[in-house]
Parts: sequence; structure tokens; C-alpha cells
Amino acid sequence: MARFRIGRHLRSRIHLVWMVVSLMIILLLPFILGIGLYVKSILLLEEKSLWELLFSSDWRPLSGNFGFLSFAISSLWVTALSLLIAGPICLLTAIHLTHYAKKWVLQIMHPVIDILAGIPSVIFGVWGILVIVPFISRYVAPIFGIETSGYTILTGSIVLAVMIIPFILNIMIDVFKMIPDELKEASLSLGASKWQTIKLVVIRKAFPGIISAFGLGISRAFGETIAVLMVVGNVAKIPTGVFQAGYPLPALIANNYGEMLSIPMYDSALMLAALILFCVVLIFNFLSRILIMRSEKITN
Amino acid sequence: MEKGVKILVRDLNLHFGKNHVLKNVNVTIPEKKITVILGPSGCGKTTLMKTMNRLTDIYPDVKVSGNIFINDEDILNTQQDITILRQKMGLLSQRPYPLPMNIYNNVAYGLRISGRRKKRYLDKRIEHYLTMANLWDEVKDRLKESASRLSIGQQQRLCLARGLAVDPEIILADEPTSALDPISSQAIEEKFVELKKNYTIVLVTHILRQAKRIADHVVFMYLGEVIEQGPADQIFNHPRKRSQNRILKDCSISILHFAFCILQ
Repeated sequence: MARFRIGRHLRSRIHLVWMVVSLMIILLLPFILGIGLYVKSILLLEEKSLWELLFSSDWRPLSGNFGFLSFAISSLWVTALSLLIAGPICLLTAIHLTHYAKKWVLQIMHPVIDILAGIPSVIFGVWGILVIVPFISRYVAPIFGIETSGYTILTGSIVLAVMIIPFILNIMIDVFKMIPDELKEASLSLGASKWQTIKLVVIRKAFPGIISAFGLGISRAFGETIAVLMVVGNVAKIPTGVFQAGYPLPALIANNYGEMLSIPMYDSALMLAALILFCVVLIFNFLSRILIMRSEKITN
Repeated sequence: MEKGVKILVRDLNLHFGKNHVLKNVNVTIPEKKITVILGPSGCGKTTLMKTMNRLTDIYPDVKVSGNIFINDEDILNTQQDITILRQKMGLLSQRPYPLPMNIYNNVAYGLRISGRRKKRYLDKRIEHYLTMANLWDEVKDRLKESASRLSIGQQQRLCLARGLAVDPEIILADEPTSALDPISSQAIEEKFVELKKNYTIVLVTHILRQAKRIADHVVFMYLGEVIEQGPADQIFNHPRKRSQNRILKDCSISILHFAFCILQ
């Protein structure tokens, strides 16, 4: 009997150890990733200052010039534009779903959103090439008197917007659901119309949540690689308009890693690009989480 | 409508999805008196009150039938703008829900919405209503602060001031003291007694003692039905005579009910 009991204790001990180890691995992963990237990129950072690398658009790897500015600006363009497209759509949809639509509409929307979120990004990329690229080059660009192949910043942003919509929408629906009915009743009972209530009370109350939904959207958009790479053109030049080709940071890494590594410092430069990406995404995620937590505290 | 009657509810039925929440409710609420709707939790008293304000409109699954007359206007079947109807009624909910803005704007909200935006006018009205809710002295130096910084008791008085500011004829209060400490509760009760000179007050509560303290008129609800109603004195001290059957039925429910309230 005694032996059996020891065995049982021992076993539950071992299981506990495994659980803790698994947990530790997950907790440590981001740090390991970050340190790995840093160690790899330190070679380039020792030679040139971060400032110099970030604010130079001179990208000539053969002569050892690695200026990230055009890539960083491409990334900013694509991210900002996609958010500009996806943001208002998500906001209006979320308001309609939570305040105007019947319950069953929301019940249908949830699986639709999940499906949209689960589609592999390469499919969005193919869809972009087949539909959005010709649409831009044949119909949209001519309106502005511009001739383009269709592989532009705008194309990338549209594809990206479609991809981040499910994520932003999901959070926004939750944010709007958290607003207590009594608050809306209070506003209505003071003589406000439904739209006034939404505009003056609901959106104001949900504001931190809305911002954090955008923040999570940004961090997704900033890092999205394949779909954008397929439609954005990939030209290492600072873009000056939405109908020009761009070359975002993730596309730079995905296109070149493994191919150009015979050039000295090239892999270090790509690792630095990855590190920058990593930090930006981390910061946006972190800020959004803080805002979500704060808005939960306020609504409670 | 008879004289002295402010709200008349006739054959009101309310379904929430498949639940029959209010069953053939007939209620008479006298003018410029405190009418207490009494009943255990979940008996439909809050729902009845929200129907008077048509706040049930915002829930798509709610179906209402019957009539509610306020000043001879059937508000359930009216062509009139519902926002104007609602302004005739100030609402005080169980927990205070200050609007997400500063103290000043909380009170100014209803005034601005009805088109009164002049700063000097607003300043005067806001001082007036905050004083009326006994809050002015506590907040006069911090009007630009967020309303959520106030204590719960102060927030509830702010909600009262906010409701009074739209100049209602009726005050609907849904267990307005349930989240408050005894002193704040007493302050609100005393305020109600004071306010009934000018306003018709409908107060929902499950606290029998509170009803006894301030009620002029009592409506008793149980499981979605009105069991008994009448002047407070008659209900609490001289239950009226009724046919044998009804007495038996009503008494058993009422006793159950009283026991429930006292336990709470």
C-alpha cells in the first residue's frame, strides 16, 4: 500500500513538473526569439548606428549600404491605408450588429468572421492577384489618370484590410457588447435618440476598446507577409503615392532570406529588419492590451 | 381619464422571447404622489416600469400589447416622437450609471439634446438641479472632473439631478437605493418625499420597510401579475374585503410575499 501511494505522489509530481516546463517554454519563447534576433543583428549594428540604418534609403547591399527607410515607409503606408479601409467598415458593422441587428444575425456573423480569420493568407494573395490587381490597373488608376501594373501600395492595403477585418471586428463586437444596457437606457430616458445615444455615449464609452482593436489590427497588418508580398510590387524605393509599388519589411525578409546570404552582412541586415518588426508588433500589442484592460476596468 | 390619475395601464402583456413576463397588468398611478411597486426579484416590476418609458423598445425580442395612458396619450400606440415622451420621465436605475463625461456635461446632456445650448443658461440650470439633488456643495469646485470619480451615493444623486434637468413630470426609480449605504439611501428617500410636491414618483422596490416609510400608493406584484393595489394605508393596515376565493388565493401569496420581503 505504502509503495503504491509513493508511486502515485511521484507520478502527480512528475506531471506537475511537465506542466510547469511547458508553461515556462511558452513564457520564454518571445524572449528567446528577441534575443536570437538581437544576437544576429548585432554584427551590423556594431558597424553602423541604428539611426543611420533607419533613416537612410540607400539600399545597396553589394557596397554594404543597408538603409531601411524605404521599407519602413512602405510598411507604414500599407498598414495605415489598410487600417483606414478596415477601421470604418469594422466600426459601422460592429455598431449595427450589436445595436440594430436581430440576434440571429450576430449568430450567423460569428462563424463567418471565424472562417474569414481562418483562411490561409496565401489564398488572399492569390485573390489579390486575380481580382484586385486588374481592378486597380484597369478601373481605379485610370480614374486618376495614372498608368500602373496594378501591383501597388493600394492593392496591398486592400488585401490586407480584408485580412485584418475579422480580427478588428471580433474585438469591437466584444467591446460594444460590454457597454451596459442601463447606460443606454439612461441616455434614452433623457430624450436622446438612438443614434445620439450611440454617438455621444456608446462610442465614447467604448473608445479605449475601439483604439485597442485598431492597435491589434495594426500589429497584425504590420507583420503580414505573403499576401502583401504577392500584390505590392516589391520595389526598393520610397513610395510617394498609393499607386506606386512598395516593399514592406516582412516582404523584404521573405524574398531575400536564404538567397542573398553570400553578400556580407546581408543576413545580419535581414535579422535587424526582423528585430524592428518584432519590436513594433510587440509594442502595439502591449499598448492595445493595456487599453483593453483599462476599458474593462472602467466598464466594470 | 379620472382626475388625479397620471398613468393608467390597461391590459398590459409583455413577452420576452417565450417568457410571458407581464400578465394582464392593470395599474392606476395617482398624480403627485409616491407610488411604490412592490414585489420579489424577478416579478416583472422593473419591466413594468421600463415599459412606461418605452425603454423596452431597445430589446428586439420584447413584444408588448395593451395600453399605457400618460396624460390621456396612449404611449404604446402613439405617433408622437418617443424621445419627447421619454423626456417627461426621469429615470433612476438600480446602480448609478453616470454618462462617460464630466459632472457638468452629465447634467447638461439632456438640456443640450433638447436644443438648449447657451452657456449662461446651462450654468444656471446645472447649479439649480445639482442643488436640488443636494449635490452642489460637494461638486461645485470639480464640475470638470469625470463623473465616475464620485462616490456611488454622489453618482446616484448626480443621476437624479440629470433626470430632473430635462424637467420631467414623472420620476421612475428602479430600486434606486439598493447599491447605496444607509445614509445615502435615507437622503434619496427624503428627497423623494420632498419632490412629490411637484412630481409623480414611481418607485420600484423589494424592501417592504422602504415602501411603508414613503409610499402613498402601493402596487403589489407577484410572478408578473398585479396582486393588489391601492392607497398605502389601506394596503398595509386595512386590507379590503373581497370574495372568499380571492382572499384565500391572495392571502397565501401575500403572506409568502411578505415573508420573502422581511427575510430580505
